[in-house]
Amino acid sequence: MRGRSPRGRLTPYLFLAPALAVYGAFLLYPLARAVQFSFYDYDGLTVGTPVGLANYAAVLTDEGLRDAFGHALVLIGFFSLLPLLIGLVLAALLVRSRVRGLPLFRTVVFLPQVIAMVVVAVAWRRIYAPDGTLNQLLRAVGLDGLTRTWLGDYATALPAVGVIGTWYSTGLVTVLLMAGMARVPPELYEAASLDGAGPARQLRAITLPAIRPEIAVALTLTIIAALKTFDLVYVTTGGGPGTSTTVPSYEVYRRAFELGEVGAAAAVGVVLTVLIFGINLVVNRVADRQR
Amino acid sequence: MAPRARWAAPRAASRAVGLAAATALVLTACAPGAGSDDGSGEPAPSGPVSTDVSDVGDVTLTVWDQEVRGGQDEQITQLNAAFEEANPNVTIERVSQSFDDLSTTLRLALTGDDAPDVVQTNNARATMGQFVESGQLVPLDAYADAYGWRDRYPESVLQYSTYSGDGRVFGEGSLYGLPQVGEVVGVYYSRSALDELGLEVPQTWADFEAALQAAADAGRTPLLLGNIEGWPAGHVLGAVQGAHVAPEEVQALGLGNEGASWTTPENLEALTQLQTWQEQGWFNEGVNGTDYDAAWQQLADGQGVFLIAGSWLAPDLQEAMGEDAGFFAPPPADGGQLATTGGTGIPFSITSAAEEPDVAAAYLDFLTSDDAMQVLADTGNLPVVDTASYAPESGLLSDVYTAFDDVSSEGALLPYLDYATPTMGDTLGQTLQGLLAGELTPEQAAEALEQDYADFTSSGG
Repeated sequence: MRGRSPRGRLTPYLFLAPALAVYGAFLLYPLARAVQFSFYDYDGLTVGTPVGLANYAAVLTDEGLRDAFGHALVLIGFFSLLPLLIGLVLAALLVRSRVRGLPLFRTVVFLPQVIAMVVVAVAWRRIYAPDGTLNQLLRAVGLDGLTRTWLGDYATALPAVGVIGTWYSTGLVTVLLMAGMARVPPELYEAASLDGAGPARQLRAITLPAIRPEIAVALTLTIIAALKTFDLVYVTTGGGPGTSTTVPSYEVYRRAFELGEVGAAAAVGVVLTVLIFGINLVVNRVADRQR
Repeated sequence: MAPRARWAAPRAASRAVGLAAATALVLTACAPGAGSDDGSGEPAPSGPVSTDVSDVGDVTLTVWDQEVRGGQDEQITQLNAAFEEANPNVTIERVSQSFDDLSTTLRLALTGDDAPDVVQTNNARATMGQFVESGQLVPLDAYADAYGWRDRYPESVLQYSTYSGDGRVFGEGSLYGLPQVGEVVGVYYSRSALDELGLEVPQTWADFEAALQAAADAGRTPLLLGNIEGWPAGHVLGAVQGAHVAPEEVQALGLGNEGASWTTPENLEALTQLQTWQEQGWFNEGVNGTDYDAAWQQLADGQGVFLIAGSWLAPDLQEAMGEDAGFFAPPPADGGQLATTGGTGIPFSITSAAEEPDVAAAYLDFLTSDDAMQVLADTGNLPVVDTASYAPESGLLSDVYTAFDDVSSEGALLPYLDYATPTMGDTLGQTLQGLLAGELTPEQAAEALEQDYADFTSSGG
């Protein structure tokens, strides 16, 4: 049979070759080089010297970096978990209520995803400014005591950046969950309500299990977004005040381009990649189970 | 059935293949940077240097600059055209990008096969220092003698593009670049606000503090500062330090050379004063959350009285405030010397990849000649040489020219504090944000700065 001949077996790879070549040249090769750099003391100018695992040891012991990874984990809460909660409610409302102008609402909710992150960051920086929109709003309703320099205050800077992430992610999560919910046959809900199940019970027993794949996708995408946050922090706070909003991606940039520690920067990048991969593996394993 | 979400778990086989390929790649590739032209050792122009470039044949000079803003772009365009006219055999290929873009791409460009001939490199250790250390820049001493550059520039200016050959000592050794323009940090003010408060331009540091107090008493915001970026407060500290700390001490601290300390009583006094100003409410509200640009715009809007910032804001403030804007160098303490942060614009350097260094040197000489200084002044820039002689009759720019000339020729032009170490920019920004927010005491702030400085100097650069 033709399919068994060696030539025939190679044919699929022939078709894959162009895409694979591009993928290899622009993704796999840089990745491998980054891994290689991470084992060197390399400043980007002179010949690097191999240092074994020293860069990785530094990543684990550097207090500033540990803080940065901690901030990234906090951001997961704002980028992924909070949008998931809000998205569930919003999607359930939008799918069930059959409101007029549904496409409009869906577009509005999704809009933040379409805007470049830098633009989002610049806009929010104005909102958070000492005499910005948020503080003006608070003063207008008589809540003068609550006004803050949101991005300049040690206590509020990280949550303030996080809320931008929530605003950014919620649209994507909502639209994904809506797609999942629309797939659930309405008869199931009818049957459930005939059996006396309220909306909360219906959500837990029917909706959630049905949209498990969408939840996994939403979590995967938003967790990646949270962990690789760079432009948002770069534009809003630059890691400040002090070091209260530093994130790993920003440290990669800082090390490579500002300090000229290319080897150390590559090590941080590799650790971040492994972390993103690990967390998402767990998310998908959990989502795939019991199905 | 719902489609399965397949984001993870690629086939084990393909994973193994990919891993093997990656490993092979890692093992066979040579050390990073080994393949590039690293020009190890001290590059020096071979043979005697020549100031006559008419006989070298047709030459294309590739120049990477960051003169992108209005007046900057205007002056370099004019000067490039004039240079090509004076030297018909030379063609200038100009590659222009913003300061940030240039700093991120230059490192790669210098190690590449097709490196530019002339580049603008920031004076700091993290850039010019590292490029000198790795032999990417040509020492200009022979050209300086041939063209008389050391007579053209004051020593206080040239030191900022001077390094030892190994890049360890900053401020002594060989010359590696020539700047076109000067910069000085001083105090902007609104003339009408000063009149309303019945104040004169302060002549001593005590006068200045009294003026701030008077403004606060009258219910005005005495000092404007936008410090969300972290570095702006460093310029304010530079001015405060100039009034408290001996210039030699600040020089050593700022250039990252051995023999100074951040924890001296004088430095502590300067840090304490900065925090006290904040505690007394002399700054606008929420300095750490205010944009740098928003702060000077507030001065233009009449919301404050004084603003400590660099001379680069003068064209913008002149446009926004007209005759109302004024500028003075931070006044010295009683009996002290005029001293404030300042320096030069980004200097032009010759790379070791330049095929015709003589032509590149002629270009540098042309960019910094008397005629060029006139062009710089005409296009609203601050010429670094003989600044006062180019000053306009009156107005803000006249104040700025005078202040720079006073400080660079009579007083002490103190280095930017973040020149000191590759990490000092971040350390300084973070520390001063902490100091202004009351998160750090002046002692803790001094400790943090000292640690960065001492770690660097004790490691031998």
